[in-house]
Amino acid sequence: MTGGARRLEVGGRVDRKRSIRFTLDGRACSGFAGDTLASALLAQGTRIVGRSFKYHRPRGFLSAGVDEPNGLFTLGTAGRTTPNVPGTVIELTAGLAARCQNGWPSVRFDLLAVFSLLAPMLGAGFYYKTFMGPRRGSWEFYEPFIRRAAGLGRAVHQVDPDRYETRYAHTDVLVIGAGAAGLSAALAAGRAGARVLLVEQDFLLGGELLSGRGGETETWRGSIERELAGLPEVEVMARTTAFGLYDGNTVALLERRGHAQPDPQRGAAREVVTTVRAQAIVFATGATERPLVFLNNDLPGVMLAGAARSYLNRYAVLLGNTAVVASNNDSAWEAAIDLADAGSQVTLLEERAAVAGALQERARGAGVRTITGAVTRRALGRRGVHGVQFSVAGRLERLSCDLLCMSGGWSPAVHLTSHTGVKPVYRADIDAFVPGALAAGHFGAGAVIGACAWEQAVVGGEAAGIAAAGHAGAAGAAAVAVSAPHAAAATAAPVLRPPVGKAFLDFQNDVTTKDLLQAHQEGYESVEHLKRYTTLGMGTDQGKTSNINALRAMATLRGIDTPAAGTTTFRPPYTPVSIGALAGRSIGQHFRPVRRSPLHEWHAENGAVMIEAGPWLRPWYYRWAGQTPEGAYVEEMQLVRRGVGLSDVSSLGKIDVQGPDAAEFLNRLYVNDFASLAVGKARYGVMLNEDATVLDDGTSARFAETRYFMTTTTAQAGEVMSHLEFLLQTVWRELNVKVASLTDQWAGMAIAGPQARAALQLALPAQDLSDEALPFMGCRELEVAGMPLRILRLSFSGELAFELYVPAGYGIGLWEHLLASARRLGIRPYGLESLASLRIEKGHVAGLELDHRNTLDDLGLGKMARTSKPFIGRELRERSELRAAARWSLVGLECLEPRGRLRGGAILFAATDPVQGHGRGYITSVTWSTQLNRFIALGLYQGGLAQVGEEVVCAYPLKGENVRARIVSPVFIDPAGERLRV
Amino acid sequence: MRIHCPHCGPRDYKEFRYGGDASKSRPAHGSTEMQAWYEYVFLFDNPKGPHREYWQHVLGCRQWFVLERNTATNVAGESSWPRAAGAG
Repeated sequence: MTGGARRLEVGGRVDRKRSIRFTLDGRACSGFAGDTLASALLAQGTRIVGRSFKYHRPRGFLSAGVDEPNGLFTLGTAGRTTPNVPGTVIELTAGLAARCQNGWPSVRFDLLAVFSLLAPMLGAGFYYKTFMGPRRGSWEFYEPFIRRAAGLGRAVHQVDPDRYETRYAHTDVLVIGAGAAGLSAALAAGRAGARVLLVEQDFLLGGELLSGRGGETETWRGSIERELAGLPEVEVMARTTAFGLYDGNTVALLERRGHAQPDPQRGAAREVVTTVRAQAIVFATGATERPLVFLNNDLPGVMLAGAARSYLNRYAVLLGNTAVVASNNDSAWEAAIDLADAGSQVTLLEERAAVAGALQERARGAGVRTITGAVTRRALGRRGVHGVQFSVAGRLERLSCDLLCMSGGWSPAVHLTSHTGVKPVYRADIDAFVPGALAAGHFGAGAVIGACAWEQAVVGGEAAGIAAAGHAGAAGAAAVAVSAPHAAAATAAPVLRPPVGKAFLDFQNDVTTKDLLQAHQEGYESVEHLKRYTTLGMGTDQGKTSNINALRAMATLRGIDTPAAGTTTFRPPYTPVSIGALAGRSIGQHFRPVRRSPLHEWHAENGAVMIEAGPWLRPWYYRWAGQTPEGAYVEEMQLVRRGVGLSDVSSLGKIDVQGPDAAEFLNRLYVNDFASLAVGKARYGVMLNEDATVLDDGTSARFAETRYFMTTTTAQAGEVMSHLEFLLQTVWRELNVKVASLTDQWAGMAIAGPQARAALQLALPAQDLSDEALPFMGCRELEVAGMPLRILRLSFSGELAFELYVPAGYGIGLWEHLLASARRLGIRPYGLESLASLRIEKGHVAGLELDHRNTLDDLGLGKMARTSKPFIGRELRERSELRAAARWSLVGLECLEPRGRLRGGAILFAATDPVQGHGRGYITSVTWSTQLNRFIALGLYQGGLAQVGEEVVCAYPLKGENVRARIVSPVFIDPAGERLRV
Repeated sequence: MRIHCPHCGPRDYKEFRYGGDASKSRPAHGSTEMQAWYEYVFLFDNPKGPHREYWQHVLGCRQWFVLERNTATNVAGESSWPRAAGAG
């Protein structure tokens, strides 16, 4: 088995004994272990692997790495589908199922190539000019057609069954990239005693060394890899991309555990995102080769020279029998020499007039024919390259070939170094941007800082590794032996080329020199405008092969230097990251933690339908009362209004306030007086924010001279706790008070209804619960059968009611005891919906009204304020704007239409107003009133209670409803509070 | 970003909550000077560079402290107890 027609018999890093089967568009194919999908396809002679984005031109692989713009595939099936993966980075694994993209019916025979004929129309800004059009709505009409014809792979809607993980790591020295520089840096830092993490996006370590001929560099690579493996403090992560650099030396890593399906049942993750914090970072991210810009430079068979060399030396795939190498720098000469040595007939077209003699000598020795001063003009062919046209000494000439390699120099991969805002700087000697001034603790080595020759990379990597270890505080430092460096290779000579005709700059987005010219003519000449106008540098490859060529071309058009044209902003991620990997395990139920009441299990087993209320899961309604919330909550309201019900209020915030100054503290917090509260009594209180809007309401019960039990609303529990801590720790440090949250430690339940006392008496027969012993707003601390129990006689519903608090572990016991003891009174549980409805009938404000925009007076609570004592918000409450009579303030609303219903969020208009705009107020809370047999609501209305009796229109445009209602007092039942004091 | 809690040591910023400008002092409790309250509640500088801020270690010791954070670079610097910093 040869592993394909273009596979050499010997050489490379593929394992010819391990054949790997995969499918492409359902057809069975095979390659070797060590192949990428790209190398396996190229080995079997596949040339066309994609169609271009706009024009549907046939495309082959341009590169051999993450910079690949053309050869994108969709991997996997059903929920495991991953679109737009470059074939050049897909490690071949058994069972791999790949599909080509953007061709119909196939990429080899693509009917949509008709777009190529329309090319003159499809220039820069075409979509915007044509479809955003003079008429609104035209884009919406055309968009689906455009998206179908132009584009990349598609995401699927099925659930991804695979597991993704996120984790955190710390290290002294993080080395990014395991080429010559990175290996050297990691070893130097490791030998110096630092904890080292070396990450490499490839599945092999070595970087560009892997594309070389082996020999000396391979011996070195092998020895370093072995020594690294033996250092206990050095961790090496292959198949791992450092995709983002963030504040505080934080780097995000994406580790691919393989597209060969991992078994999620056994806990295997497909991808893992690691957030690593490093003391020092060595950037050894290498460089990306640039294409040359000539006509038809996108034909299949036209490839970056370094890629052709990589396919030859690493994968043992010889891509052409007759190769032309178009070059403007020394690196392409290595490719030419290697191709010739492997048996190709090679012609090298060198743009420079003069090249170092030694290099010319080696090329001649390998049998490479070289033509200097030759500028490549055009690739010839339709579905693949079969020749090249070039100019030399003023003449146009042509050559036949089946492989056209090109190299326009190398662009350092500066992306990560610029993620935190460090602008790259231009270096004329290598005609490229290198990282700008690196922050303390950041070091660069190798090609990323322009040191491309491997000896330079090794020496520079060693220095960076030692410096990084030193920065991280590692003590020792030792040299990495580098054997016999030969002379450093000459760097690329800059060649500034004006755009010629229609040649591709950005392969993935089909941006040509013509588009660039047009953008320039129309004034889109800054790099950021150029990008957005032409889409250059967008897409999955983010312009890795195109940016510099385009910048240079634009600079030439504008008559300025390349550095003056600037670069676009580099942002994470360096290469695409799946949403699944970013989400990790935070999906479904794990998206955010759920808080459960201590009574949760009882609810679950006894017919409660649960609902999310903030982070809490609370009983919405119980099935005993009905099968729908609409039916059930009304039934549960009747229970409380006529008999007795029991509800879980454990989610209320519960705060223990203790200390000699506790009374003074509460007196400062609440608008009303707490200094005079007697031991054994509770009081309803309201707290303001510093700006005098209402922060929260609740009760505080004084169980002892220096000890209070405070409750807050469910929604504001955390906020209030932090607020108290802030005041005590920063503002009023002189107050001797301690606060502790009891929310999770105590269960709470409310027993409410005319029969509440009778029911509670049945459960606690030994206690005197009479109105005299425990009057309204009284509180008692008891111990019942060894159980600490706090009883507060308060009411949220407007009925006779008690709140009971016990340590969480006693919660279910007490709950069941109450239900069992009072069974003959017909006691039942009631849920959140009826709880909220009962309070609306009573006119109690709650979360929907306490929105941090309303003042005490807006909520009709102004008379609670005790202005003779200072409290938070007292002064700013007196601002004239907050006292204006026209402010929206709390009212009740009664529906006037027998079949109409009021809705939360409805906009309120006076009966004489046109129904348009923002109105004079809105509805906050709505319920069906079992007392009044109609819909009632609380809302905020201009002028508030001064408008009582006025008729309003409640507009709900989402449903096209306009319902008439009347402004009334917000207290719909028992305004004198007689039911509470029985 | 990592923040140095003066009680617990360096921790991920996700464990903390921000609590406002620590360079300001609250008027004396009971002060009736409307202007002083107005300035305390509504007027803030928006410096580029070092900024003294209140932070609370909500998912740790729950202590409020003063952190010096550079608003331009997001580098979290020194942290100290409110009293030592002379705040409040």
